Amino acid sequence: MTVTKLKKTQGQEKIKILTGNHAAAHAFRQAKVGVVSAYPITPQSPVVEKIAEFISEGKLKARFVKVESEHSALAVCCAASATGSRVGTATSAHGLELMYELLPWAAGNRLPIIINLATRSLGAPWSVWTDHSDFITIRDVGWIQFMCENNQEIYDTNLQAFKIAEDPRVFLPVIVAYDGYILSHTMMPVKLEDQEKIDNFLPPLNHHINLSDISQVKGVDPVTTPHIVKRAEGTAPGYYEYRYALQKSLENSIDIIKEVHNDFTAKFGRSYGNGIYKTVQTEGSDTIIYAMGSVASQARVAIKKLRAEGLKIGILSLRLFRPYPHEELKEFFKDKENIIVFDRDIGYGYEGVLSYELKAALYGLKSRPNIKGFIVGLGGRDVKTKHIITGVHKALDEFKEEISTNKTDFLGLKLNDLKDYDESTYFESG
Amino acid sequence: MVNVMDLPEEEFIYPGTRACAGCGMALIYRIALKALGAKTIVTVPASCLTVLHGMQGFCSTKISVYHTPFATTGASASGILASLEDKGLADDITVLAFAGDGGTTDIGIQALSGAAERGTNFIYACYDNEAYMNTGVQRSGSTPLGVRTTTTPEGKDVHKKNMPKILEAHDIPYVATANAAYPLDLFEKFKRAKTIIGPKYFHILSPCPPGWGYDPKDTILIGRLANETGFWPLYEVIKGKFELSRPSKKYLDSSKLKPITEYLKIQKRFKFIDDSIIKRYEEYITNTWKEIKARLETQ
Repeated sequence: MTVTKLKKTQGQEKIKILTGNHAAAHAFRQAKVGVVSAYPITPQSPVVEKIAEFISEGKLKARFVKVESEHSALAVCCAASATGSRVGTATSAHGLELMYELLPWAAGNRLPIIINLATRSLGAPWSVWTDHSDFITIRDVGWIQFMCENNQEIYDTNLQAFKIAEDPRVFLPVIVAYDGYILSHTMMPVKLEDQEKIDNFLPPLNHHINLSDISQVKGVDPVTTPHIVKRAEGTAPGYYEYRYALQKSLENSIDIIKEVHNDFTAKFGRSYGNGIYKTVQTEGSDTIIYAMGSVASQARVAIKKLRAEGLKIGILSLRLFRPYPHEELKEFFKDKENIIVFDRDIGYGYEGVLSYELKAALYGLKSRPNIKGFIVGLGGRDVKTKHIITGVHKALDEFKEEISTNKTDFLGLKLNDLKDYDESTYFESG
Repeated sequence: MVNVMDLPEEEFIYPGTRACAGCGMALIYRIALKALGAKTIVTVPASCLTVLHGMQGFCSTKISVYHTPFATTGASASGILASLEDKGLADDITVLAFAGDGGTTDIGIQALSGAAERGTNFIYACYDNEAYMNTGVQRSGSTPLGVRTTTTPEGKDVHKKNMPKILEAHDIPYVATANAAYPLDLFEKFKRAKTIIGPKYFHILSPCPPGWGYDPKDTILIGRLANETGFWPLYEVIKGKFELSRPSKKYLDSSKLKPITEYLKIQKRFKFIDDSIIKRYEEYITNTWKEIKARLETQ
């Protein structure tokens, strides 16, 4: 992937034309990560190829442990983080699933590790194209999860992610996701900030564990009992207390995420909504499209047409998926009439995850908006403007008839193009 | 050659750990830490050593210990080392990975192979008690032929995996076998390993009273019989050069070997083996020693 230098502005700021993957790699370079460990997987690989290049050119003084699997990649990251280094990695789909065992480990141990996730569908069957299935499967393990919409946001969110993760009030791992290919391999202008300004924004990590300080003996993560342990030297928490602390830290992190976002905006002049979600023409709108990443981007085109039809419609693009910002969403949606959710994922056996989580979050409202969810774009199927427009019309028609359902409704399926397709026999076997 | 007076008095494990009475691993760990000293960080997967280290609120060692998921011992050692290198502390601190046979020969083999292939400067010690003892004696890839475990009620039908050979195939600078019953040999080897740069691999036989079925007082007796019958030869491979260790040297003369039945008959785990299994053991030992002699002659 070639990188074209556009122009040089004052200081060391640069605007470069970068892929999403390379924007992530540049953020790692400027965050001065100490240890990187990764395993190749499409469409993430260019992130770590670029990092290897930075190291070989002397632009980044990091140790890059080139492991034999993603399971080992995250194990290296966990151990290196516990030894006190700033660490990060990148992965996609099956790589993330192979890391799964280590994900709750990193969260439980409160390790400020950053993963960049170029989203990709999960097999079977094999697919290398985007959807958000990988991203949503890790929602219950204790990580902070961001979804980005453009390459500048990938770069900026990475810088914010380190600052959030390493805040002593937080100490949590963070995943920064972006759609595979749509962002990972698409070039856009990205402003790379002055190093001094970044150093000022992101001071060196002061880790709460730090095995490298051998003057203090530590037993990290021993077997922890259901009960608390009382000894002459003090009282040790049980597993339950540790996990309570993890949950509370996640809940409290929302304020810190906003704070870091505001700090970033003050220093660098760019903002992403309120740091939690972004809105497009929501003021005065009674109908809202609710989506994430590439789907929300596509909806930006769709609402132009829908508004031309006279609909008062806007978009809420979710940036922070975990911790789930239920209070912020409740506050936002309390006066809205209609919500149409487009999920590029499914909570298999139920419905789209954004859809059912929003329904649950808004349950406490006295007057609840109508909500309908659609599934779109699994396995990289194009999400087209016409799909979103069709969805909005269909949902509004159903709302008029007071239809409310959790049944999945797919947009962009091409069942009729399958010559031998017969609904009555189609589901009998693979 | 070291003698018992050369062992440092300083202990790195506090007394009163949760290890079973007569635990071979506890002995190995104690001696290994004496050889490596205070500037050591240990990484440990799920294993009996997790139990020895004690529950939350306790730490039975005087050095820092990192507990890591079962399959990740080799990778976690790489992570600790990478961070120490990042901080410029790697020359000063030894990274020791200490795992059981299941964590090494089965679930951890991939991460270990990766760490060895990358040339990671660390010591990996596998204490081999020849089954998943911590979870209640299930067979592992390192369980010997004929052994009854809770998952091989009829006895295991194949020999154990030759893990030191697999590590040798990684062309690493140091591979050694050791035995809990020969602590001075063990001490000397850990001392030597500490001076060598690159991956160092130890495979250490660790007799286990509850898992093997013998009286805890007999750990040393049984460990010695493993050597004296030729079942567990002690050797080092330093930068490709094979050398028999002192306690095993005399068995180059096979007439000095004790019959394997002396080793097998005093352990309950071998109680139900028949003559065909004993015959296979005799062949196994003959072949092992034939190979050792051939190596010594050709190198």
